[in-house]
Amino acid sequence: MTDSVVSFPAHLRTPGTDTRGSTGRWPTYAVGFALAAGLTVASFALAQGHWLTPASLVAALVVLAIAQMIVHLIFFLHITTAPAQKTNILALLLTLLIISLIVIGSLWIMAQLHTHMVPMDQLMQMQR
Amino acid sequence: MSNVSIATAGERAPARYQPATKLGVTGFGFYVYLLSDAILFSALFATFAVLKTATDGGPTARDLFDLKNVGLETACLLTSSFVCGLAMQAAEARKPRELAVLLGVVFVLGASFLTLEIHEFGGMIAAGAGPDRSAFLSAFFALVGAHGLHITVGLIWIGSLLVHIMTMGFSEAYQRRLFCFSLFWHVLDVVWIAIFTFVYLLGVQP
Amino acid sequence: MFGKLTLHDIPLDQPIVMGACLGIVLAGVGLLGLITYLHRWRWLWEEWITSVDHKRIGVMYILLALVMLLRGFSDALMMRTQLALAGGGHLGYLPPEHYDQVFSAHGTIMIFFVAMPFVVGLMNIIVPLQIGARDVAFPVLNSVSFWLTAAGALLPNIALGVGEFARTGWLAYPPLSELPFSPGVGVDYYLVALQISGIGTLLSGINLITTILKMRAPGMELGMMPVFTWTALGSNMLIIAAFPILTVTLGLLLMDRYLGMHFFTNDAGGNPMLFINLIWGWGHPEVYILVLPAFGVFSEVIATFSGKPLFGYRSMVAATLVITVLAFVVWLHHFFTMGAGADVNAVFGIATMIIAIPTGVKVFNWLFTMYGGRIRFEPPVLWTVGFMITFVIGGMTGVLLAVPSNDFLLHNSLFLIAHFHNVIIGGVLFGCFAALEYWFPKVFGFRLEPRLGKAAFWCWFVGFYLAFMPLYVLGFLGMTRRTNHYDNPAWDPYILIACGGAFLILAGICLQILEIVVSIRTRRARRDLTGDPWNGRTLEWSLSSPPPAFNFPVLPAVEGLDAHWTSKAAGPAARPAAYDDIWVPENSPLGFLLAACAAVGGFAVVWHIWWLALVGLVCGLGALIASSWREHGEICVPAVEVARSDHLANVFRVNP
Repeated sequence: MTDSVVSFPAHLRTPGTDTRGSTGRWPTYAVGFALAAGLTVASFALAQGHWLTPASLVAALVVLAIAQMIVHLIFFLHITTAPAQKTNILALLLTLLIISLIVIGSLWIMAQLHTHMVPMDQLMQMQR
Repeated sequence: MSNVSIATAGERAPARYQPATKLGVTGFGFYVYLLSDAILFSALFATFAVLKTATDGGPTARDLFDLKNVGLETACLLTSSFVCGLAMQAAEARKPRELAVLLGVVFVLGASFLTLEIHEFGGMIAAGAGPDRSAFLSAFFALVGAHGLHITVGLIWIGSLLVHIMTMGFSEAYQRRLFCFSLFWHVLDVVWIAIFTFVYLLGVQP
Repeated sequence: MFGKLTLHDIPLDQPIVMGACLGIVLAGVGLLGLITYLHRWRWLWEEWITSVDHKRIGVMYILLALVMLLRGFSDALMMRTQLALAGGGHLGYLPPEHYDQVFSAHGTIMIFFVAMPFVVGLMNIIVPLQIGARDVAFPVLNSVSFWLTAAGALLPNIALGVGEFARTGWLAYPPLSELPFSPGVGVDYYLVALQISGIGTLLSGINLITTILKMRAPGMELGMMPVFTWTALGSNMLIIAAFPILTVTLGLLLMDRYLGMHFFTNDAGGNPMLFINLIWGWGHPEVYILVLPAFGVFSEVIATFSGKPLFGYRSMVAATLVITVLAFVVWLHHFFTMGAGADVNAVFGIATMIIAIPTGVKVFNWLFTMYGGRIRFEPPVLWTVGFMITFVIGGMTGVLLAVPSNDFLLHNSLFLIAHFHNVIIGGVLFGCFAALEYWFPKVFGFRLEPRLGKAAFWCWFVGFYLAFMPLYVLGFLGMTRRTNHYDNPAWDPYILIACGGAFLILAGICLQILEIVVSIRTRRARRDLTGDPWNGRTLEWSLSSPPPAFNFPVLPAVEGLDAHWTSKAAGPAARPAAYDDIWVPENSPLGFLLAACAAVGGFAVVWHIWWLALVGLVCGLGALIASSWREHGEICVPAVEVARSDHLANVFRVNP
């Protein structure tokens, strides 16, 4: 087996594909960095200012977080919708589906259980 | 029509078939691991969300969290993610010295993040708001601590990568490891976005 | 120095436990002595322990499963005999605190250390052979996975002689499993063992998914994969998605017990119901992790022995994928009675019933495959037909339990016990035994003795019905699970029948052991020289039995379903014009070393021997880093050697 030094091929930047793309030149990293930094600053500013109602603040922060995650996926992890990345995208979508099922399902179930529970101090009284 | 034909050494199978490279296989396997790690964190997030209000009369998020500290931590991690991308470029250009310097910067930024986090944890424990105070604090320490533990593993990994590049130089196997590390580091930053939004920024809201 | 561990932790006063320990120790010493006497240490180390060949690792997985089956089954026999003796005012021979450990160990061992390693071992051996790959994607990681599973399996067996095992049932529900109510080391053994083996399982899931998606032979598109490979893909996707949840849940309970945290405690805001919600978020998918590959086995067996292509390949694949996703929307049906509202219960109840649809599609596909086929009733087919009957009954009682209002009556009764043994024995275990009979000649190069195999099947089949049908009745009569003794004469006859059934299953197990022993002794007469003893359809039957280390001398080019069958139909295959050098992965001791560190470290954590736990951690980390520096991981099999091996295999090959 040859273990000689090989150049670092361009397709390295996307997990699991063998296509060569033009993503990932350093300006892309810089653009991603700028976008992510902007979104982060916006989140922190919104959370500390008093411009929004509580409900719209939650919505805004969630949207900003999701936007920043997408920026990271595209500019840092180089996940794109290129045909060669079909498996990656499918795996990611399936994971997101399962994460939402677990989190939303758990919250729904636990919220119901919580409302149906006798408060703990009363429960202790009943057991006496 | 036969559904199997023996491909001989000369003409290897249909033209569209390209055997996956070792790098492609390793990269995909590590990507699958990262997806499973995302599910691990989502279970911790669900736990935190359920136990968020269970403060047992003890301190709440609003009493404890210092957004300045969180902002600094975020800046460290985000910059380190960017520098990690630059390090990959250096590796691509096969500049070992530049790669070593950039990896060193990633290490320092990661270590600063960890120091800030340990400082925050230490302060909370000293103030009587340790993980054994209430279910809310248990969930907080478990979620943020799990991320910190991942960062620690990442720092050990950088150490190994640094020593390796300085003593042995580039090789195919080294590049695979470096690639996996960069995926790991970027994903930790994505997880941190969820933490600073859902735990800290939303946590301190009245 | 030794943490909580003292000499008093060895239960010298309990004759049953000490007898079992003595037996295990004597058997172990005997085995070590035999290896030394036969000078087989080097062979064991080089050919098995450090091997990274997916076939050998698979065999070790299945061997582990069979050994642990004996352990888990003896627990089952103890429970059945205890209940047979403990009616009408008698207390039986197992005191409650020992009985509690027995049923906890039985459940834990059967699911984690019998069913899981058996299924994972099968996927390990068969998937690369079916997709035309030379090994799994990460051979060394594969060895790590196996040895971590083995280390996990070791701990409950150590718990037998040193300390105690959990008395909390196989899922260790809090608050019972919290420190105030279970102060002993039993729950710690349970948690540490499952964490170690769970990591092994997760790694093997990553490995097999990557193998299936990235290592298929030239031309084999997803839609050409054999059904067993499809079900393995579904099962491993579930492993990736579900095992992290188990890791988190058990990790949180560990932190409750070790660091005084309050996730699931009664006080300080903890919520025990959260544990039950999370653990079933893993636990329900786990059921499908086990049963999907079994469905795959039945699909392969039934198509092969009917001499027909599988009926409805596409619907089979679709059903597999639908089950994979639906597995994540039903977990609440394990705790309908915990107190969620009618809307939550209704949603999860209906989702549960919907799973019966894709499963039903599968059953009809198998039946239509048999219809009009020339079925050969070899042992694998017996297990398959036995499965179809048994599993349909188990599925129907499952739909009964899926109705929340029924569940309020039947929850934690023996009806539930009967139901899940009905699907796990009838589905998973029968599937494993069908696979054992079906692929044994491929892996070892000789066939199993069919008459003993059939006799074993009948003992198991009849024994199963005798042992578990009465439990349905007992459930209706109001008997709850985990009962130590009882005082209701109406239950007596059913409990006695169930006990008799367990002994008939014992006869089946003895016949299976005899079958393997007899087959090994007469292996020369049973050699499989063709590589294709059953007239099979998929690529593994195109290889010699056993296949060479590199599996495929030349990678096959696949153009459709049932690749080997169509190739046989097209007449003798052209011999390859030339062979290439093949690189095979080098042996690695990493898996064994990591597992040794995990076992020692795990034991130390259980007993609070912190310095030893640190030693384990540092050694494990060191081994990991040292091995990651290794640059040359492969050795070359020269083309001449490949050619010779292929020609030898072809001498006996027949092309019908």
